[in-house]
Amino acid sequence: MAIIATRRSVVLVQGITGREGRYHTEAMLKYGTKIVAGVTPGRGGETVLGVPVFNSVSEAVKRFPEINTSIIFVPAPYAADAMYEAIDAGIKNIVVITEGIPVHDEIKVISYARSKGVIVVGPNCPGVISPGEKVKIGILPERSFKPGNIGVVSRSGTLTYEISEALLKAGFGHSTVLGIGGDPITGLDFIDVVKMFFEDPETKGIVIIGEIGGDAEERLANYIRREGLKKPIVAFIAGKTAPPGKRMGHAGAIITMGMGSAESKIRALESVGIPVAVTPMQVASLAQKVFK
Amino acid sequence: MRLYEYEGKKIFSNYGIPVPEGEVASSPDEAVEKSIRIGFPVVLKAQVLVGGRGKAGGIKLARTPDESREYAEKIFREGVKGVSVRKILVEKAVNIIQEYYLSLTIDRSNRKYVYLASSEGGVDIEEIAAKKPEAIIRVYIDPLAGLSDYHLRYLTEGLGLSGEHAKQLQTISKALYKIMIDYDADLVEINPLALTDKGIVALDSKITIDDNALYRHKDLEESLSKDPREFTEEEVIAKKHGFSFVSLDGDIGIIGNGAGLTMATLDLVAHFGGNPANFLDIGGGARADRVKAALTLLLKDPRIKVVFLNVYGGITRCDEVARGIIEALNESNIKKPLVVRLVGTNEEEGRRMLESAGIRYFTDDDEAAKYAVELAKQLGG
Repeated sequence: MAIIATRRSVVLVQGITGREGRYHTEAMLKYGTKIVAGVTPGRGGETVLGVPVFNSVSEAVKRFPEINTSIIFVPAPYAADAMYEAIDAGIKNIVVITEGIPVHDEIKVISYARSKGVIVVGPNCPGVISPGEKVKIGILPERSFKPGNIGVVSRSGTLTYEISEALLKAGFGHSTVLGIGGDPITGLDFIDVVKMFFEDPETKGIVIIGEIGGDAEERLANYIRREGLKKPIVAFIAGKTAPPGKRMGHAGAIITMGMGSAESKIRALESVGIPVAVTPMQVASLAQKVFK
Repeated sequence: MRLYEYEGKKIFSNYGIPVPEGEVASSPDEAVEKSIRIGFPVVLKAQVLVGGRGKAGGIKLARTPDESREYAEKIFREGVKGVSVRKILVEKAVNIIQEYYLSLTIDRSNRKYVYLASSEGGVDIEEIAAKKPEAIIRVYIDPLAGLSDYHLRYLTEGLGLSGEHAKQLQTISKALYKIMIDYDADLVEINPLALTDKGIVALDSKITIDDNALYRHKDLEESLSKDPREFTEEEVIAKKHGFSFVSLDGDIGIIGNGAGLTMATLDLVAHFGGNPANFLDIGGGARADRVKAALTLLLKDPRIKVVFLNVYGGITRCDEVARGIIEALNESNIKKPLVVRLVGTNEEEGRRMLESAGIRYFTDDDEAAKYAVELAKQLGG
């Protein structure tokens, strides 16, 4: 079954005529993703790699009412607008690749999405891939993923590919791999995704890749304490050496007001029976121990 | 981007938040002149962005022109915590009856704005949170609904204020919200917010603007380009080239792709007993020119003894990375040992290029990190 990206996903690409949009549309199509339409205001009537381009999301869904997922490559100043447009057109899953969206835009549009029951993956994320379903809605490189039953959820991109490939080498494959994004405000948090993995019959074990900043990892630990560890989880936390008050690449990776240190996250996760790997490669050996 | 206290107070004043009468001075002469104009006693406040400036001698009470001169000269001469001082804010001293804390920020996990308030102001909010968490009042605002009057009532009730003072605090709180939205701030803080014999006054200001929204505030963007503030020279260069850079205090230069992987690389180096000199993330899909700029920056840094480049090519292509490395080394006259770990997209081509250029590479990041740490130790003693 996998989560969010499944063989039932029918995808719209917003910002399809841009360099990134075009490049990744090609990669997604090649992987097997069903992309039926694209949107770029003012470019309606063109096609990109055989995919028809529309001026608006509403035109695209009128022509293809089966669209249930949108992926957004629109530049940061216009990304929130693209998200509102997709939500108001009734699209239920939105993956936002764009990095650098102002936080006040994010907080509003994500609250709006959640109030409408719309799932937002990202912003500032690599997207979602479900190898067994042959569906990729994102920019993740194919080589790091194979069908299997480990679910991976992460706040980063490259580190996710690295750890996913290490899992492959250790003999595992992936049900779904999903990046929730590196911004302070994200559409999904670890609890949301872990819940989905708990309910997904294909997922047998879960890998959490967290990092400094915020308290998503601590909240997950509290959730597990209340609800129980329904499937085995192993974790990795990046940023043990990060100094407070400095943003480490991701807008959300900052220790501020005494909150968000790696130690606090590691302590919280370990206290509910989630082992935390010391190095990225160690995730694979922990997985071999825990996911038998 | 952080604003200086005097910039924040100018905004406060424009939004109707009372601040002490004050003026900015750029020299001791000017500080004396402005002290006399404002009238003694005055407070001289070094305009720097480092925390704990009061304890470090950056805030002084002056009762006479001579004292103003003495303190201003000392502050301009010595700086504060190693940071040089370009401006001093000269302010009329006030009689404080009680100090409060008031801020508006973003609660990431709840996806809401949140007021934090306390009647134990004057110390850091971290300190209040650690010592007396029950002394902090939190009032959440749904970003879709926006600010409502009840939020303001909860604040004044929580702080135990009534009458004229409650009214003043509500006006101030409302202004904070407006500033937060108008300026794309992620933090607007008043600490201390003082109850004085002349009403409630903001004695300090701390405003940070969301860097991602600076394009909407051209004046701030311009002021940042003239004065990089808390950003080091390297951080400014990095920004120009499109990668993120944070200075640390070790001797092993680090380049990675992706924020998570780069952080994990710092951790790995520290795990094996080394000291990272920086965080440098070349980002996703970096081409040779960006890799070259990144490596050149680290080669030039005299603190760095060894450079460790850790790349997992997803969107990023290993051959582009290899090309950037080779170009940087060929064009630089500074030689430093380089440890490269390169795997992922087009790795065969990338490794072939490194081999023919005589550059050793690793495929295992643990081994590579260990080797980098060993080299740094040999060179550093």
